[in-house]
Amino acid sequence: MGTKVNLISGRTIVQGQNLDNKLSEEYFNEVATCELNKADMERLGVAADEPVKVKTSFGEVVVKAREKGGTPEGIIFIPMGPWANALVSGNTHGAGMPQYKGIDAEIEPTEEEVLHVKDLMKRYME
Amino acid sequence: MVEITDVVCSLCGCVCDDIVVEVEDNKVTKVKKGACSVGKSKLMGHGRIESPAIRENGGLKDCSYDEAIKKAAEILAAARRPLLYGWSSTVCEADKVGVELAEEIGAVIDNTASVCHGPSVLAIQDVGLPSCTLGEVKNRADLVIYWGANPAAAHANHMKRYSYISKGYWTEEGKKNKKLVVVDVRRTATAKMADVFLQIEQGKDYLVFSALRAMLYGHEDVVPDEVGGVSKKDLLETVRMIKESKFGITFFGMGVTHTGGRHNNIVNAIQMTRAAHTHTKFSIMPMRGHYNVAGINQVCTWETGFPFAVDLSRGYAWYNPGEVSATDLLVRRECDAALIIASDPGAHFPGESIRHLSKIPVIQIDPFPNPTTEFADVVIPCAISGVEAEGNVYRMDNIPIRLRKLVDTEYVADEEILERILEEVRAIKEKGGD
Ligand code: SF4
Repeated sequence: MGTKVNLISGRTIVQGQNLDNKLSEEYFNEVATCELNKADMERLGVAADEPVKVKTSFGEVVVKAREKGGTPEGIIFIPMGPWANALVSGNTHGAGMPQYKGIDAEIEPTEEEVLHVKDLMKRYME
Repeated sequence: MVEITDVVCSLCGCVCDDIVVEVEDNKVTKVKKGACSVGKSKLMGHGRIESPAIRENGGLKDCSYDEAIKKAAEILAAARRPLLYGWSSTVCEADKVGVELAEEIGAVIDNTASVCHGPSVLAIQDVGLPSCTLGEVKNRADLVIYWGANPAAAHANHMKRYSYISKGYWTEEGKKNKKLVVVDVRRTATAKMADVFLQIEQGKDYLVFSALRAMLYGHEDVVPDEVGGVSKKDLLETVRMIKESKFGITFFGMGVTHTGGRHNNIVNAIQMTRAAHTHTKFSIMPMRGHYNVAGINQVCTWETGFPFAVDLSRGYAWYNPGEVSATDLLVRRECDAALIIASDPGAHFPGESIRHLSKIPVIQIDPFPNPTTEFADVVIPCAISGVEAEGNVYRMDNIPIRLRKLVDTEYVADEEILERILEEVRAIKEKGGD
């Protein structure tokens, strides 16, 4: 079982620069990541750019871990995009708005590879 | 080489309109000044969808505009519960045709507000919005609060042009005479600039708004030593700053709308503004994301009476976010075809709703290939509004600004593509005796 964390998502500069360029390596390298603070990285035993698997009740996805100061312990941040959204519920609680932030998640080191956009989309089409 | 001044950026809700670019051989070759790095990247351009295409045997096959438009019209005319979604990264002229098309085929029309500031719209409908223009903020505000917003990453020119760092008529000293408060879960680049940073626990916005409201009304005795991870001392300091300011503004972002509580958070944020009015002038504004999400809300409202999530299948407008908003329709697997324009649900919708979207016929109108292209059945490339096509957009404070055309293109503009689809749909219906 993985470590319990609270998942949030949001914008980053490089994500914004590649909004029109989402099939690029640059977008992949920025958005298929997960920011954690140092203590959480150590607790998980992962180094920068090593893959981690994040699971919620709605899905799971593999992304690369990245250390980021300013992120509180127990919080993980995945830039908004297809990787973060693989973990988001479609339940809008009657408001039309999915909950993109504050999602109960579990995180663990993995050997699995990070999927590229095309393969990620294929998962939905099956 | 030609230099073009007063270029308008068509990326985020700041809609910066003082950009200078160089154009050579019908291409933007340099962004000389005015744009942030994100806007610059937009203006310089990226790889395009090269040709209209229709999916056959799993792959996209190039075709002509006429063929793609005809196929799109056939899909829409045959659909029983079509969804027309997006509309925020194009111009109001195109949005207007979009609403007409929705009316013609009895579709649900929804826009990206439904996954960004939809909750803000609900809150505003509930309690109103004491707001102002960004010009007023620039010229008057001496206290700026960013709540659940990180403009350093998402609206990089916002502070410089309009708020904390800008210099205006009564704020000619810039940030020297201004205060900045940032409320966020993470210590973001914006938070690092703040005079007071309230690092709240995720999802505790409502509590912190309530505490500040109580204090502004003089009831600090009811506030405990810590609220949502924030010390009472820091809350008192924030209240002191509000009371001492001549003109304050709260800009709020997805940190407040995307989290549990949704519109209730915004209602409380607006009520906090009211509480501040017992001491000083105070305003509040949502940090709108796409450059024209405010515009589609305007167009949709003046055409149907409602800003987003409008169902036109009954022959009159039915507004019910949570029922006919895109995510809900998709999760219920209710719609049987979708037209996606000027947005990318493949990247920005919850996986649960993409699962259905990827299985129904999807028409995509966009200048760039993106995750939605991966499952779209008809792909229609368009001119880039603000680079290759002109038109009106609404900035985040609902000020209309006209996008400029910088270069010529063979790509067809969104408005014309939609008009041609509408024409085809009408021809199909006429033939069918509908
Ligand atoms: S702040 Fe927004 S509108 Fe202004 S240049 Fe940057 S991306 Fe464009």
